[in-house]
Amino acid sequence: MLDDFFIRALIAGIGVAIVTGPLGCFVVWRRLSYFGDTLAHSALLGVTLAYSMEFNIAFSVFIISSLIALTLIQLQKRTNLPGDALLGLLAHSSLAIGLVVIGFLSFIRFDIMGLLFGDILAVTIDDLLIIWIGGALILLVLKLIWKPLFASTVNYELAEAEGLNPDRAKAIFTILMAAIIAISIKMVGLLLITGMLIIPAAMARNISSSPQKMVMYSIIGGLLSVILGLFSSLEFNTASGPSIIAASLLLFILSLLNIKQSIKLKN
Amino acid sequence: MSSNQNILVKLNGAGFSLNNKWLVKGVSLQVEKGKIVTLIGPNGSGKSTTAKIALGIYKKIDGSVEKYTSKVGYVPQKISIDWTLPLRVNDFMVLTESINNELIDEALSLTGVIHLKDKNLGDLSGGEFQRVLLARAISKKPELLVLDEPVQGVDFTGEIALYELIKKISDELNCGILLISHDLHTVMSATDHVVCLNGHVCCSGSPMDVAKNNEYKALFGEQASQILSRYEHRHDHVHTSEGEIKKN
Repeated sequence: MLDDFFIRALIAGIGVAIVTGPLGCFVVWRRLSYFGDTLAHSALLGVTLAYSMEFNIAFSVFIISSLIALTLIQLQKRTNLPGDALLGLLAHSSLAIGLVVIGFLSFIRFDIMGLLFGDILAVTIDDLLIIWIGGALILLVLKLIWKPLFASTVNYELAEAEGLNPDRAKAIFTILMAAIIAISIKMVGLLLITGMLIIPAAMARNISSSPQKMVMYSIIGGLLSVILGLFSSLEFNTASGPSIIAASLLLFILSLLNIKQSIKLKN
Repeated sequence: MSSNQNILVKLNGAGFSLNNKWLVKGVSLQVEKGKIVTLIGPNGSGKSTTAKIALGIYKKIDGSVEKYTSKVGYVPQKISIDWTLPLRVNDFMVLTESINNELIDEALSLTGVIHLKDKNLGDLSGGEFQRVLLARAISKKPELLVLDEPVQGVDFTGEIALYELIKKISDELNCGILLISHDLHTVMSATDHVVCLNGHVCCSGSPMDVAKNNEYKALFGEQASQILSRYEHRHDHVHTSEGEIKKN
């Protein structure tokens, strides 16, 4: 059954959606969507390095994204430039360096489109293992740091004052972000991965009344997007990554209708 | 370590500067079990900064802080909950520590907001939110409570009731309280020790001592000093040296 490329794609997508659900909620809560974008852009550099040194792609992307995240923290300490300017600087310079390096690797044939928008249908059994084992590890660590991370998301000083060590939780979360980008880059591509993080979470916010519910709906939204997106890409012969994101947008629009209805009910 | 077992937190000449400007400098004070220490002073005098130094939120400080407890409850001066966070009062109560339902209900009842338990935090009024903040801080039965203007926006009768509650908590839990307040009248009657700040400690001592201090008068005006003397006149009982209470 795993021989079928479509089944493999489905299993990969489901694995990724389960992890992007809760992480995406934190991205929305902590206003990190540009941070996610920056890490994703830097992933191109990671991919090219993986090719040039014959390294595992996910591992290489993870290392480069983590380095970029650490660089950002250092830059924030050394200059007074606003955060979005620093993020833009890192995102585009790492993307540029990645593209320059590709130029030097003329002996390798690159599937740039697959890199930018994902190539979930080319997922191998090895990729599945990376997604599911890596994903399980990410969720486990997230569960361990949930309390300090969530408390400091609500109010940093409260968490610090009551002894929860929010700085450590934030640093670990940054590493988790690099990890999720590393394991999901093959599925939706570096231009669309932030969409996979924030659109299901944004959809979930519209219909949830508590943080736990939001995480749950975010996971469900991600799963539905993957299933809907993949089947429609098979049906209409469209690119799979963009189809998944388009499906999640559809769910987001539906969730807006729900809000309007509940407001009507209140009045 | 301090020889006094009752000390919960102690500041020794503590100060904090931001962008080469001192927010507060040379503050020495200590909070003991069962005692209420109140910080007073005009806006920008460093009251909240001092509280944050005591809590360990500011780390690059001048002087030193010795903290002898990790069971801390904090009511910050300002807190805003983003719309993107769907947070009910119930979720907020277990933010930093998992406590059981009975303790949550008890704390919310004490501050008079048990009926808001399932409401979204964003839907609360300023005064209601303040009561929830206080309930959250006391529900975990802390050894040290740091309250930064805990009754702002609370209605007049509620304010008095909450100050009484704070006094009661200090007695019942035997916890030390570091309180910041603008309301001299109410605060002075409940507090054990007053520290008057204006970028530095301008005077400190018992409420009566501080009220008679000339620097205090210069800072708050003659009227503030009279508030306290009026309070003294209203005192309808005396504490004898044996600890008994005698009606006047």
